[in-house]
Amino acid sequence: MNPIEMNPVALQWLLYFGAMGLIVIGIAGVVLHQNIFRMVLALAIAEAGGNLLLVIAGFRFGAVAPILQDDALQTLNTSNMVDPVPQAMVLTSIVIGVGIQALALALIIRIHQRYGTLNMREVHACMMVDINKSAAVDDLLSAQQPRGRRPLPSPPESTAKRANNE
Amino acid sequence: MRNLTALLFSGGLAFLLMVIAWQFTLGDAPMLIGAAILDNAVKEVGAANLVTSVVLGYRGIDTLGEIAILFTAATATSMVLGSFAMTDEASETEQREDGSILGSSVRLFFPLLLTLGLYIIVHGHLTPGGGFQGGVILAGAFFLPLLAIPGRSINHGGIALVEGFSGAAFILIGLTALFSGQAFLQPLFEHGVIGHLFSAGSLPLLYIAVGLKVGAELSGLLANLAGISSHAAEAEK
Amino acid sequence: MIWLVALMVFIMLLAAVSMLLVESQVSAVALSAAVSLALSILFVILQAPDVAMTEAVVGSGLSAIILALTLNRIHRFKQTTTAETENDA
Repeated sequence: MNPIEMNPVALQWLLYFGAMGLIVIGIAGVVLHQNIFRMVLALAIAEAGGNLLLVIAGFRFGAVAPILQDDALQTLNTSNMVDPVPQAMVLTSIVIGVGIQALALALIIRIHQRYGTLNMREVHACMMVDINKSAAVDDLLSAQQPRGRRPLPSPPESTAKRANNE
Repeated sequence: MRNLTALLFSGGLAFLLMVIAWQFTLGDAPMLIGAAILDNAVKEVGAANLVTSVVLGYRGIDTLGEIAILFTAATATSMVLGSFAMTDEASETEQREDGSILGSSVRLFFPLLLTLGLYIIVHGHLTPGGGFQGGVILAGAFFLPLLAIPGRSINHGGIALVEGFSGAAFILIGLTALFSGQAFLQPLFEHGVIGHLFSAGSLPLLYIAVGLKVGAELSGLLANLAGISSHAAEAEK
Repeated sequence: MIWLVALMVFIMLLAAVSMLLVESQVSAVALSAAVSLALSILFVILQAPDVAMTEAVVGSGLSAIILALTLNRIHRFKQTTTAETENDA
């Protein structure tokens, strides 16, 4: 049950290629896609690549898994084990990752309900219109195009009263 | 043009990452903390699974932060999704018919999945697995009937109760260690015989708390994402 | 045994690339689950059974379920399937 007696260099190439490939594919997916749902999927792939890299960092040739079994329970020999610390960290990372993914998906459901699209640019345009509307700014008016006067909302009554009293 | 730029960017990123990775050689991990943990974990914690003794013994506060993050994510998901009324989707689910094969196989699988999840949680300090993996299986066991049997709803009050009690139990065990003169979340009790079910002090208790909390949180989250909670609320009216 | 590592890395990268390129959203979700499954076998070979178990349960189980539920919720699930059947007919 010790697979890695052969050719460490080839194994190193393969594992690093796999981990880096996952990270790069994930980030490329985030950059390439316009669909928010596909971006979440690609982010999960990049995260999996990072996890693989961490586990590789704790690997040692000829070592066994950090669990005492059958014979080792009598001898309590822990010298030839792989590093347990990166494994514990990856355990944490995977579970947190799925929590964050669920939150992102909930936001995606709401976005699709509000705007009816998942295209990033369309959502962004719709959101700008909404934000401008809620700030009582003209749709055409934006931070990039100042027009000199801004139709500010009228101040609340309490401030007006206070100004009159003073 | 945009795609070309993105591909160039990812190619450059791949090259940089490979150059960085090539500085490290595979197979001789530095093991600065790992060696010390491997030497002392059996004496200090007494768990056969050394990953468990790292997760709950040496990095217990880390795990507390992790379940706090998971709790925050689940709460935020239910806040984002919870209040909106499902109009067309709810009527669609009502029309769905009860598939007898699906329903009876789910009724067959539910106790098996429950047993598997609890076994993995309880044996977390002896074999691979533990609170997180077993909790996910528990959540799946409670979610399957919701998917397969129409009209079945989930008890959100019960879920909140289990979640609150298990989270409080985790912190209480940590505080007990603190007030008995040790560090927060330091393992309590006798170690027992390593490799036996009742060993490793308070670690199995901590993992049971984590497993119940994760299971309750995730089944609530799955029900929210499937839109079952609001459906049930409409049925109550 | 190194051939197993090579095969798993190949399957993993192939599934990841085709996840980016494939049209259907449902296929993309299934392919991301396949990536997680191959990854969990790599974790077993790297002597990390705990991590392998978590990746198999969470990555290819729970994560795929919540992605599919989201697709169902935003009606993409139905649209793609009906579009495909129309293409077939």
